[in-house]
Amino acid sequence: MSLLQIESLSIAFGGVKAVDEVSFTVEPGEIFTIVGPNGAGKSTIFNLISRLYEPSNGRIIFDGKDITALPAHEVASLGIARTFQNIELFDHSTVLQNLLIGRHSRRQTSWYEDILFLPQVRRAEREHRRIAEEVIDFLDLAAYRDKLIAGLPYGVRKLVEIARALTSEPRLILLDEPASGLSVEETLDMAWWIEDMQKDLGLTVLMVEHDMSLVSRVSDRVLAMAEGKPLALGTAAEVQADPKVIEAYLGQQEAS
Amino acid sequence: MRVQFKNSYDDDINLFEDRVHLIKYALLLIIALVLPWLLSSYYVGELTSVLIWSLAGLGLMLTAGHTGQISLGHAAFMAIGAFAHLALMIRGWPFLAALIASGVITGLAGAAIARPLGRMSGIYLAIATLALSIIIEDIAIVAEPITGGVAGLFAPPIDFFGLQIDRYGSPRAFYYLCLVVLVLVTLAYINLLRSPTGRSFLAVRDSEVSARALGVNVTRAKTVSFSLSCAITGLAGALYAHQAQAVNYESFLVLISITLLLQVVIGGLGSIHGAFFGAVVVVMLPQAISQFRDFINSSTPVNLGAWPGMDTAVFALIILLMVIYEPRGLYGVWIRIRTWLELFPLYRKGMFRRSKTYLKTERMR
Repeated sequence: MSLLQIESLSIAFGGVKAVDEVSFTVEPGEIFTIVGPNGAGKSTIFNLISRLYEPSNGRIIFDGKDITALPAHEVASLGIARTFQNIELFDHSTVLQNLLIGRHSRRQTSWYEDILFLPQVRRAEREHRRIAEEVIDFLDLAAYRDKLIAGLPYGVRKLVEIARALTSEPRLILLDEPASGLSVEETLDMAWWIEDMQKDLGLTVLMVEHDMSLVSRVSDRVLAMAEGKPLALGTAAEVQADPKVIEAYLGQQEAS
Repeated sequence: MRVQFKNSYDDDINLFEDRVHLIKYALLLIIALVLPWLLSSYYVGELTSVLIWSLAGLGLMLTAGHTGQISLGHAAFMAIGAFAHLALMIRGWPFLAALIASGVITGLAGAAIARPLGRMSGIYLAIATLALSIIIEDIAIVAEPITGGVAGLFAPPIDFFGLQIDRYGSPRAFYYLCLVVLVLVTLAYINLLRSPTGRSFLAVRDSEVSARALGVNVTRAKTVSFSLSCAITGLAGALYAHQAQAVNYESFLVLISITLLLQVVIGGLGSIHGAFFGAVVVVMLPQAISQFRDFINSSTPVNLGAWPGMDTAVFALIILLMVIYEPRGLYGVWIRIRTWLELFPLYRKGMFRRSKTYLKTERMR
């Protein structure tokens, strides 16, 4: 069974159909990439899946459960984590604190227990920290553990955001342009992290990305979109060779 | 510089990092316990004021500093706390029960108001809470059976399990009472910040959208934060009622709300220390200014008494300079001094170059 099923999903902002009747499925354990020119509706799909936007039509089914009407804050506890295109970290906290906030969907204590700091709160805290440290080890962030986000280089911040998503122990991770703004070496590193996530952690990755070198390197399947509509679905090579995709990127070839 | 090695997760979770940290705060507590015996009863009263305003500041800090929700209406919650407390005491409730009830009542009032307020942010929230502060003056007059109308209420003497505590009769006992309440609330506050609830507040402050994506129920977090903030401020209001001996509709004017906000901003938004530093400034600075004026009047030919309102103007000027040149507040100054001492003689000038990051509270979306 597919892990994520998108069925004729649509949303319009005013008269603009940002996403128009898009359907696709993401299988467990695969890396699925959405590509397309700016304004194709890629990030909008992410915002729809994480329930930040209300779709006008269509269904989102995660692991057999219809999540189309779920409030945004309940999505994380199902096992969906995400990163943002423009890094949305908590700037005034340290890396470790950011990762601990990532554990929020796995919290077991309520605010009055927290105020009294009962033994179960301490037990839960230890567990949260253990998981956070595992993620720090996994992504090699130990050097930055106690640094404030505000002072970190861009590439590290991108990684911290992924780390924060991983601490929630997701099954599906949505990466919104993980390589944007990264140097060539950093993009290569990012490709390794993504492959590690798939192979070592057994995660399913749904990714939006422009950098075709990264896309063709890691993706199992690629969906190309333009102006809210799906154009082509297949392997990276197939999609890149598709005449409709080439047209969307380069414009129509003039008849000579 | 002290390097501290961590051996277990508990080293990070514990209240105190290590023994040195613990000893520092134990010393501070001892000073706080001994101080009233070294001062005249007038200054014990002033010190008690610092404690009460620290408590009120802590309340506002929770919502303004740690959750990013500016409130210009916290005097209203001090009023609710004070009136609830006195009304219950007058009806025969024992002091402790009335104090706890006043906190709970103010918390519930805060929760009721937080729902509609939670939809607002930035300048709109500031205006809405400001309105709250203005309305409460009228409510205090209209709700006469509870608040005593225009005349207000007088604080009955405190009978604390047989111990008579009175602000004038036994200022030290009242000081200790306030100190106990303040220490307990501070501990609860720290507990909150080192646990998931407090972290969710910080998350809401710094990025609502990613907080939501991480599973934080933003509306709920704001409500809990605002409500707890109000409860703390309500406790401060109840203690203030005993400190002032009488409260009426004029006790909690808008000016108090603004002073409270100034207090947390001067102290340093987003730090527990800030609430305390700010309280010291707000209570002590006007005192210091008037004493300085008297000193100038008596020892130099200049007569500053001829300029009415000068005290307030100087107070305002100092606060203005503070906000312009030290936006991180006194807590920021304190961090710098501490680092200078720890690193002596290796401190470099540019270490705390002011970076252009502001809390979202300050940015006023």
